[in-house]
Amino acid sequence: MLFLDVISSILLISGVFFGLSGAIGIFKFPDFFTRIHAASITDSIATILIVGGLLLQTSFDLNTVKLIFILVFLMITSPTASHALAKSARHGGLLTMAEAKEKKQEKTG
Amino acid sequence: MAELINLVLLAMLALTALRIIFLKDLFAVIMLFGIFSFLSALIFINLDAVDVAFTEASVGAGISTVLMLGTLALTGRKEKANSHSSFLPLVVVCITGAALIYGTLDMPDFGDPDNPVHQHVAPRYIEESPKEVGLPNMVTSVLASYRGFDTLGEVVVVFAALIAVLSLLSIRKETEQDASESGLKSHHVLHVVAKLVIPLIILFALYVQFHGDFGPGGGFQAGVIAAAALILYALVFGLPNAFAVIGAKFLYCMASAGVLLYASVGLFSMYKGGNFLDYNKIAAEPLAGQHYGIIIIELGVGITVFAVMLSIFYAFSSQTARSNIK
Repeated sequence: MLFLDVISSILLISGVFFGLSGAIGIFKFPDFFTRIHAASITDSIATILIVGGLLLQTSFDLNTVKLIFILVFLMITSPTASHALAKSARHGGLLTMAEAKEKKQEKTG
Repeated sequence: MAELINLVLLAMLALTALRIIFLKDLFAVIMLFGIFSFLSALIFINLDAVDVAFTEASVGAGISTVLMLGTLALTGRKEKANSHSSFLPLVVVCITGAALIYGTLDMPDFGDPDNPVHQHVAPRYIEESPKEVGLPNMVTSVLASYRGFDTLGEVVVVFAALIAVLSLLSIRKETEQDASESGLKSHHVLHVVAKLVIPLIILFALYVQFHGDFGPGGGFQAGVIAAAALILYALVFGLPNAFAVIGAKFLYCMASAGVLLYASVGLFSMYKGGNFLDYNKIAAEPLAGQHYGIIIIELGVGITVFAVMLSIFYAFSSQTARSNIK
């Protein structure tokens, strides 16, 4: 049991680390696409790690199954939400940093 | 530990509220309202009020955010600059706040078991409801049986909200010449995922509806979750397709049918010789009668809430579609 607890704590702590780094990334990164990159990727890995850590804390009964359902649901929906956000931003005409730089150079040069 | 979590959550709640007051960008304000609701839901969970937390998360953070965004699409994104002086309101607010804080000094301690609220009817509900109603989830016993008349009032309020919205905005179906090509049309990923997820959401709504007797949940939450599934459908596949699935007329019938179903349970129990909403008389056994009554009135609540939420969304978004075409 102790072994499982140690693994579960490691998973939970690393999940928290990734979640925190994603939050810092949202504030520190310069434009929309880099921010959503930081948010979505860390979000996915943090979900896997945290729910995985919680799975090891259960006594492998109905709660385990519910947690697995939550994990699957989040694995489907959260990347889709990020994808939809980024695609809507492209559709609305938002340029990435490189493209914006190119455009600026074309204008000046 | 629970105290510390409560303090952190309350501090975050206060910060969110302050930010909402000072922000002028209404889109961000709506998002902060969602965060506010989720934080309150977390506080309710910390207080072991799972049913309330569930309602707060699904109604406060879920459906009201969508409805407020629908309103925002009609009104515009910026708050108008206020030209009035804010001195007098500040004085009024300070005096009221000081009076309220002074009032809390007379209140009993937080979480004290000798509080009047814990001594009045709560012991009776806790001790007698397993024998009288027989449901594992005591919240549902109180909500649907002991306080059935209040809940009927709540459902009527939801129904009245629909009437109020429809008397201001009508649902328009003339969106055939869909000039406003929604940006979601080319979203293949979104289409596939929505097709996958929507049935699961409806299944979960049914689970919440019929599992409300045994665990957290019930008609209000289930209706909102089912409405969220169809709102997702309307957002991804377009409003005309959603109209083809469930038309506005049918929704009106559903909204009134739910209220009627609820009230007719009350009339039926009167017909059987009891009081209004006295479920004991519905079946031969009092406990079985309670079970039947609660399941049927929860179904009525779920149907009404689902229909009202979806029709309000239809009303807002069909107006937006029309103004886009113009």
